[in-house]
Amino acid sequence: MALERSEVEKIAHLARLGLNEGDIPQTTETLNSILGLIDQMQAVDTQGIEPLAHPLEATQRLRADVVTESNQRDAYQAIAPAVESGLYLVPKVIE
Amino acid sequence: MHQLTLAEIAQGLAAKQFSAEELSRSLLARIAQLDPQLNSFITVTEDLAIEQAKAADARRAAGENSPLLGAPIAHKDLFCTNGVLTSCGSKILTGFKAPYDATVVEKLGAAGTVTLGKLNMDEFAMGSANESSHYGPVKNPWDTSRVPGGSSGGSAAAVAARLLPAATGTDTGGSIRQPAALTNLTGIKPTYGRVSRWGMIAYASSLDQGGPLARTAEDCALLLGAMAGFDAKDSTSVDQPVDDYLAALAQPLAGLRIGLPKEYFGAGLDARIGEKVMAVVEELKKLGATVKDISLPNMQHAIPAYYVIAPAEASSNLSRFDGVRFGYRCENPKDLQDLYKRSREEGFGAEVKRRIMVGTYALSAGYYDAYYIKAQQIRRLIKNDFVAAFKEVDVILGPTTPNLAWKLGEKNADPVSAYLEDIYTITANLAGIPGLSMPAGFVDGLPVGVQLLGNYFQEGRLLNVAHQYQQVSDWHKQVPSGF
Repeated sequence: MALERSEVEKIAHLARLGLNEGDIPQTTETLNSILGLIDQMQAVDTQGIEPLAHPLEATQRLRADVVTESNQRDAYQAIAPAVESGLYLVPKVIE
Repeated sequence: MHQLTLAEIAQGLAAKQFSAEELSRSLLARIAQLDPQLNSFITVTEDLAIEQAKAADARRAAGENSPLLGAPIAHKDLFCTNGVLTSCGSKILTGFKAPYDATVVEKLGAAGTVTLGKLNMDEFAMGSANESSHYGPVKNPWDTSRVPGGSSGGSAAAVAARLLPAATGTDTGGSIRQPAALTNLTGIKPTYGRVSRWGMIAYASSLDQGGPLARTAEDCALLLGAMAGFDAKDSTSVDQPVDDYLAALAQPLAGLRIGLPKEYFGAGLDARIGEKVMAVVEELKKLGATVKDISLPNMQHAIPAYYVIAPAEASSNLSRFDGVRFGYRCENPKDLQDLYKRSREEGFGAEVKRRIMVGTYALSAGYYDAYYIKAQQIRRLIKNDFVAAFKEVDVILGPTTPNLAWKLGEKNADPVSAYLEDIYTITANLAGIPGLSMPAGFVDGLPVGVQLLGNYFQEGRLLNVAHQYQQVSDWHKQVPSGF
């Protein structure tokens, strides 16, 4: 099944990826070639096979519900593009 | 001094033939002189290295004598290093000085290693040629018009060129083993969960594993012993003791059962590589190994399944790079959506964007069962093949790559053709088993790698086989001319 231009635009939006108008034909072609490779899976008989999510079939480890981390806000915000008074700054969301 | 292996460096330091500081200064000078030809480093941490080397010398003067004390290494640039640029080969991590050390960095630091810098890589570890880095491609020291493999291409090129004795790498679909093969090194991808992923920037979390690249199996054993172990901070870390990999090296190979999967020697393999691999098998037979033909019938489905699972996990993992909390942010965003979309459009390279889009599509409503679940079912079939094979053999042997190192730019026009280069390595990641690549000779002056695959937690056995082979061969001692 080949992707159309409109589907590529939708996927890019879902992934929050800006898409340069001029690149759309090439992107569509490349994605279709990758999906062509992936579609080879459909020929495999997987009837009744349990999906494998983790190679060792491990389950999520749990720990006691206690505080283990100290506050490192300043260290983490020192590398942010824009912060003020301990807050991350982004363009105005609500007018 | 640059020809010394980690094991030889340990002896030299213990015998006071040179100090860790002298060694580090000598290698830093060599990096400054030669790396412009290769582009293997993104950051050289000269001040940090000298400081760590002096500290190692002080610890040694105080009576400590552990083998990695003062050993110079460097990290693939996706291991977070406190206060040092950690770029993942991407523009989107411009200015990202990690606020903490990855567990691997911390463990190796505690063992006394000296960090010479951070090594180039394919952007977010997505690639097999080290051409997708924002910091430019890495060249193969065996022929600088050719790729070193990827994604740990900087690690491989630097160690092969004797800029340093060993480096860390990561392997999601072959990213330690394939560059090791193309540059005449030994590299091991451990069992999934053996080495902590904490602080290792994630590509595909159910496949990623860190491991060493070095010039000998012995050096890999030394490094892996220090890297491996349980880490409560990694939710998929395995809580089981680490084997003594150094002690395992000496075991004789008499009675070793080697499986040769017919799928690894079929169409698509450069016949000259096949001959080199079979020559290794003959040597191992002389050392007492027996050989059996086996089959891994689902191997052919591994690449399609991988290109669903890895992009799906990547599309989720890479959602954290949004221009808000760290890294690159676009100029003058007009609103929040524009900030996200433009920061990501400008910050990610073409291959990363492709994989994010493939993953987003595979996980989107209506396609999840057809793609993600189907791929996970195939993943189990691949694992089942290995489980069955390891009832009959101890290790599986075959080529690491179907082709020799290719020319820079040769496979850029068609990403799918580059994907196919990982055909022999990708199954180990899907099944979670350990895999090692070691030198097997040369074709037209270019290195050939042989791959050993083992059952879960059989890293020691793989290192043992490679070490025993390296006692009767000298491929691994060959040096690229000019380096």
